[in-house]
Amino acid sequence: MNNKKRFNIRMAGIGGQGVVTASHILSNGMVIMGGESTLVPFFGSEKRLAPVESYVRIANGKIYEIGEIIYPNVIMIFHPQVITHGKSYTMPFYSGLKPDGVVLINSDTPINLVADEVRELEERNAHIYYLPATTIAREKADTDLATNMAMVGAISAIMGIPDLPSLEQSVKERFLGKGFVVSGGTAALDNVIERKFAKKEQLLKKNMEVISAAYNYAVEHGWAAASQTAKV
Amino acid sequence: MGGHESNGMPQIGSMNKKGQIITDPSELFFLSPRTQAFLTGSEVIKEAVKRASVDFSVAYPITPQSEASSLVGELYADGYVGDYMRGESEFAVMGQCAGGAFGGARVFTTTAGPGTLRAFENFPMWAGSRLPIEVVFTVRGVNSPLSIQPDTLEIAFMLETGMLLWHAEDAQDLFDFILKGYIVAEQPEVHLPIGVICDGFFVTHTKDMVLMTPENRVIPHYNPYASPVTCMDMESPPVRMMRDPFVMKSNYISYMTHASWQLEVRAAIERSRKHTIQLLDGLIEVENPDAEIMLISSGTAVSQSREAVRLFRDQGVKVGLVKIKTIRPFPAQEVREALKNAKHIFVPEFNVAGWMAKEIKSVIDRSERVVAGPHVAGGMTMPPEVIVEEIERSLALRGKKELIHG
Repeated sequence: MNNKKRFNIRMAGIGGQGVVTASHILSNGMVIMGGESTLVPFFGSEKRLAPVESYVRIANGKIYEIGEIIYPNVIMIFHPQVITHGKSYTMPFYSGLKPDGVVLINSDTPINLVADEVRELEERNAHIYYLPATTIAREKADTDLATNMAMVGAISAIMGIPDLPSLEQSVKERFLGKGFVVSGGTAALDNVIERKFAKKEQLLKKNMEVISAAYNYAVEHGWAAASQTAKV
Repeated sequence: MGGHESNGMPQIGSMNKKGQIITDPSELFFLSPRTQAFLTGSEVIKEAVKRASVDFSVAYPITPQSEASSLVGELYADGYVGDYMRGESEFAVMGQCAGGAFGGARVFTTTAGPGTLRAFENFPMWAGSRLPIEVVFTVRGVNSPLSIQPDTLEIAFMLETGMLLWHAEDAQDLFDFILKGYIVAEQPEVHLPIGVICDGFFVTHTKDMVLMTPENRVIPHYNPYASPVTCMDMESPPVRMMRDPFVMKSNYISYMTHASWQLEVRAAIERSRKHTIQLLDGLIEVENPDAEIMLISSGTAVSQSREAVRLFRDQGVKVGLVKIKTIRPFPAQEVREALKNAKHIFVPEFNVAGWMAKEIKSVIDRSERVVAGPHVAGGMTMPPEVIVEEIERSLALRGKKELIHG
């Protein structure tokens, strides 16, 4: 970590996808790596398929600011419906994106954006990456519920921080430690996942496989270098 | 009276029932090793209370302090808090806290927003009764339309209650202020209630790094024998003044007593300064004191301003910053000194009223230097970019002499 890096990440998805859990794993991973991070979850009534946002700041220097991220330099869209159905607190999904920023979208194919959206994204010189996160989750872990892990893996490759060992430790702390229970609903989903995998060790292994696969996907597609110019 | 050591108070160096060592406050705060943790603000409240030798706590749920008051209940279940109960309403909670403090207990509670206002009658009563209760206000919106999100307007209501009011910027301040607050509030020459304030959600629900004192060390217990007024005694003030008010005897005695008693409360706030300066390393913190453009505020607005200072620095513009730690006592002299060379003073605030700007204008000369803003309210965040934009816009208008002072 020679260069000063600062990423203000806005994550948007829908209830049940583990957006807040993803933000926790990314955030804690940065802390484990020796950097700084703060995280602010944001959701209304807690129900499946309702809009969820989470804001993560990660840096290898001091972070002071707090609250929702209005001007992100990284945006993560966990579900295509955030864009196609407007399931989001922030419309359009790239609102406030800084110049040269990154947008990582979970979708197997590019989404048809309207002309104004295409133009505005071009004006900001946005780097848009489509990651088949749910497909990777199904292939590697046999469940859609690991979509969030794929998103975490790809974005850490794109940003260059946190590294994979730190993420692995963070995943361990999340599922083995006392953890960070964001809500009753999350606790219930944890139980579902745990039953599915029978053993937590298996759960960790599968999650890490998804993270690594998505990380490699990002590297193989040449996304990792492009973000190095992203500014706050 | 503080010198009487043999009245049954647990001594420094001895252990409490949980095996925690009762530790001299200065040693605990400044010499003991600190360990780093990554916690939500609510968890930080729990960790501080665990080290605070709290005798009694009363809880009542309201967003965004419900998690904190529930976590204090866990401490009680584990034996770290003497007694714990849930009140019927915030009004009842603050009355029950008064009962505990009148009886000589160290009391802790939390509330927020509408809960603060519902309980309000009790706060000046606490101060007038010289009860050193600590309450954490996790401030949120109080005005319509309803907001459960961070807004600092409720602090404006608290300013003249006679309480000490400290405003935490982040999780670290919150941890330290909760523990240090008791030490200052319980000084015999202070002996007043203290409100430790943090911005709801921004601090309570955000995970942040905090350096914590050792888990097995606690601050000394409250010593009710050092109180400047008697504990629950029907025949002497303050209880005598309540059960048998002077106004029932003579209006003139009532006026006289009220004046002298309230002057003493205000004087006690001022006497808290020297203890607070020592423990908090001053009532304010200043960055770039020689800058012509200064930002000044308290709480989360300071964090946002720190980033605005950074954004300006990246553009080659020097901007200074004053963080106000204590709102009561208000650091009038310190603020005057810190702003003496400033040409343009901006006061970012998370409320619609701009009460902090009024406080600052009231203590400095050439108050036309103050721009009350930027403001956000009702729970909005204040991106550093907005602070930068507001300053640039105001300075441009000032250049054209078009500025209307906020």
